[in-house]
Amino acid sequence: MSALLSMRGLLVPALLLLGAEVLVNAADLSSNNIAPPSAAFAALLRIMLDGTLFVSTGQTLLATAMGLAVGGSLGLVAGILLGLSRTASRLMTVSLEFFRPVPAVALIPISMLVFGFGYAMEVAVVAFAAFWPMLIYCKGAIEAVEPQLLEVAQMLRLSYFDTVRKIVLPAALPRIFVALRTATGIALILGVTTEILSNPQGLGFAVMSAQQSLHPDNMIANIFWLGVLGVVVNSGLLWLQSRLFGNAGRPGGGR
Amino acid sequence: MKRASNFLWFLGSVGVFALLLFGWHLIAQSGMVSRVYLAPPDKAFAAITNGFTGPNGLGSSMWATVQRMLYGWVLASMVGIVLGSIIGISAIARIYLQPMLEFLRPLPASAIVPLAIAFFGLSESMVLFVIAFGSFWPVLLAAVQGVSSVEPRLYEVARALNMSRRETIWKIALPNALPDIFAGMRIGLAVALVLTVVGEFVGGQNGLGLEILRASRQFQAPRMFGGVILLGVIGYSCAVIISNVERYLMRWRASR
Repeated sequence: MSALLSMRGLLVPALLLLGAEVLVNAADLSSNNIAPPSAAFAALLRIMLDGTLFVSTGQTLLATAMGLAVGGSLGLVAGILLGLSRTASRLMTVSLEFFRPVPAVALIPISMLVFGFGYAMEVAVVAFAAFWPMLIYCKGAIEAVEPQLLEVAQMLRLSYFDTVRKIVLPAALPRIFVALRTATGIALILGVTTEILSNPQGLGFAVMSAQQSLHPDNMIANIFWLGVLGVVVNSGLLWLQSRLFGNAGRPGGGR
Repeated sequence: MKRASNFLWFLGSVGVFALLLFGWHLIAQSGMVSRVYLAPPDKAFAAITNGFTGPNGLGSSMWATVQRMLYGWVLASMVGIVLGSIIGISAIARIYLQPMLEFLRPLPASAIVPLAIAFFGLSESMVLFVIAFGSFWPVLLAAVQGVSSVEPRLYEVARALNMSRRETIWKIALPNALPDIFAGMRIGLAVALVLTVVGEFVGGQNGLGLEILRASRQFQAPRMFGGVILLGVIGYSCAVIISNVERYLMRWRASR
């Protein structure tokens, strides 16, 4: 994090922006397609002040969060079931190998047919995309739980539900959080992609419609904001992870 | 004995898969879900096999998609490995460049689509640029990570042997960074497939993405599902091939 804020790290992007500014102005490249950084910055301030930026940010985040909640919790449950039962996991091998490689973006046209425009179609696509990393990582997290803990649960005659709630989940929690972090990144990407491709709301649509209505300053401002959003979400979750679990979530840590 | 039981487990899991397909079939037959959205599995597979090789068949679309994906991925990997090892080997370059790279990494690659359209128009090069841009980041960051985490003593050896910087990269840094680079390239390939589909949707370039979009607009559910299944086949084959290549190239490493 400190590296991110260091002055030397800001030097290159600043120079690049300055170069782009000079180039676009000097060569008179400003057009319906390209805008200099200063114009994009002005556009960013403008859409911040009139609130459109925050409306579309809210739409994107809400759709992503709902999709993550649906797909993530299904993935978590499936991951627990398959992680605890070797039989189930072996029996599901072929089915998982069949469905998992399907790219979630391919489902966007289907989702659009089923749900039409709006939150539902985006949530469905995001949920499908978030389901798989959650399932795979959670299964791994559960399988990595110390077997002796499970023996203890058996000795205590805990029910399946109690075993999961009192033994398995607490032990696997740091790694499950890593799964959540991965799934969140993927969910955000799929949400924005759905908006770019078809769903007329949110930041993705703002970028796309700015391009189509020949407002390059607006388009670049929105793309920049997407970058900021990605960094904030990512480093926020990283911060939360180290706050909650210390090193336990890192690969090889916590043992 | 072990082999036999593994085979039985495999058969069992094929059985479960068959049951799932049958469930899909029952749901599609029952009419609970409109035929417009949901094609029964046999129809979807028939849509794949019918005229697969013909001029309008799914085969040629599949080939176009695979080609585009590979071009973008190879381009991204080459640039990513070269730039990544240069940045990774120099601590100074890392100080200046890493923060910017960290900012660009979480940016959804599809957000670059409108920008690419502004520069390239709705063309094949636009799609290629988007694919290459998206799959570039995982490779680049993996190469930086791999090269910068090489055992420092190996670099001391290189210095003692008076190796040039190029030799150091070629003989010491790259081989040691290979596992990381492969991990990055595997992610890059998955990203490339996704962005190929995105690019075909937006750019209207021939391929499975456009097939699916077209089928959905014409309410041809079987062809739509057929296209989705073929995309899954591509994704799965890529994962299998790359992990085999990885194992082959990594055979010199002590097995662990």
